[in-house]
Amino acid sequence: MIEVKGLVKTYGPKRAVDGVSFRVNRGDILGFLGPNGAGKSTTMKMITGFLRPDSGTATVDGIDVTVDPVAVKRKLGYLPESAPAYPEMTVEEFLGFIAEVRGFRSATAKRAQVDRAIGLTHLAPVRKQTIETLSKGFKQRVGFAQALLHDPGVLVLDEPTDGLDPNQKNEVRSLIKAMAVEKAVILSTHILEEVDAICNRVIIISQGKVVADETPASLHARKPGARLDEIFRTLTASDV
Amino acid sequence: MTQISPIFKREFFGYFRSPVAYVFLVVFSVASIGLAFFVGGFFKANQATMQSYFTFYPWLFLFLIPAAGMRLWSEEKRTGTVELLFTLPITTLEAVLGKFLAAWAFLTLAILLSLPLAGTVAYLGSPDWGVIASTYFGGVLMAGSYLGVCSLTSALTKNQVISFVISVVACLGLLFLGWSVFSEVLGSIFPVWLVDLLSNFSFITHFDAFTKGIIDPKDVVFFLSLMGFTLFLNVVALER
Repeated sequence: MIEVKGLVKTYGPKRAVDGVSFRVNRGDILGFLGPNGAGKSTTMKMITGFLRPDSGTATVDGIDVTVDPVAVKRKLGYLPESAPAYPEMTVEEFLGFIAEVRGFRSATAKRAQVDRAIGLTHLAPVRKQTIETLSKGFKQRVGFAQALLHDPGVLVLDEPTDGLDPNQKNEVRSLIKAMAVEKAVILSTHILEEVDAICNRVIIISQGKVVADETPASLHARKPGARLDEIFRTLTASDV
Repeated sequence: MTQISPIFKREFFGYFRSPVAYVFLVVFSVASIGLAFFVGGFFKANQATMQSYFTFYPWLFLFLIPAAGMRLWSEEKRTGTVELLFTLPITTLEAVLGKFLAAWAFLTLAILLSLPLAGTVAYLGSPDWGVIASTYFGGVLMAGSYLGVCSLTSALTKNQVISFVISVVACLGLLFLGWSVFSEVLGSIFPVWLVDLLSNFSFITHFDAFTKGIIDPKDVVFFLSLMGFTLFLNVVALER
């Protein structure tokens, strides 16, 4: 579903992403871990076609993002970090706009998609509220609703549980799990227990390079009995 | 290109979701008509024309259009919605055109709010409707050219104040080149052909013909090509 090959991105003298490669298949939930500034967000921005890679490429369903970014964007659902949305719009208006851009132009099709997304993310109580008046948890869910509005085969989620309370985190995790059966999901996080909770694969990235790409079980097996954050610290020791 | 319409709709109605639209429309009307009455001598001239109203347009636009255009892109950059927008299945050109056309339509609305003044002129005398129509047409074209410059500068920064100041300075340059006072100064230094050449790049030079009832294709082409050029640079600035 998603294939990333040798992505490189340089900001000035700093190589933010340095030859990252991996594959994500349908049914996978890939946890993308790494210290802040390791290149997680930059990698995701290149996969979703927001940033142009300096070299390397990403393909989604066989479509190369550097060749046909619009086609890739059609297939993707993306939740950017901190879930940006137009603050003066109501939840309904905002999702309606996304639906129109996603090609649901007729009033009935638009309404059906918006209702479905609102239902999945439990936004019904705030659907008529402007986004600027929402709490962080609700804003995050609006970002979520926007990402899965067109029922994409591939979801890229940048810190989907950031800023949520424990109950909301749980809810978002079960939502991701439920959807992942027929999707490929990449989610970045720096909450390590999230990996055990929902991911079936882990990539740890440090200073722009992949330092581990395996199942959570084999990650644990690297140092039997040790906690995940110890293993994480050893792997990313160079990135301090 | 069908993707322009949702962008246009969101942007155009976006003005009315915040107080921006109302403040702008009121200020524009009060300032433009106030200038015509108190500075331009609308009644004193004792002529059934809108000359005293339109003569201030290039100067009024200098401040009001950067005020309307400064937020076009810098706001999206500051709030992070630019990342959302450019991971939706639209091309940069579609986004630029959608937003530009929405802002242009909004400015056209502001200009057309002065139609009661045309009614007043018609009530008091018998104006030349051809001249009034051509001046409106020229005014709308000129507004688009100012807006093209502002949209471009707005794409260069996420700070709206910087965007505003640079827009004003850039528009001031384009304005001064054709202002008679400034041309005389230039004329005492440079040869006439050079001064003429420079004044060909000015808003005033090309707007003047419209206020006399002349729709010269070369003036129309000037405004349209200025829009095309700034919007092209706008796309380049965003894709960089």
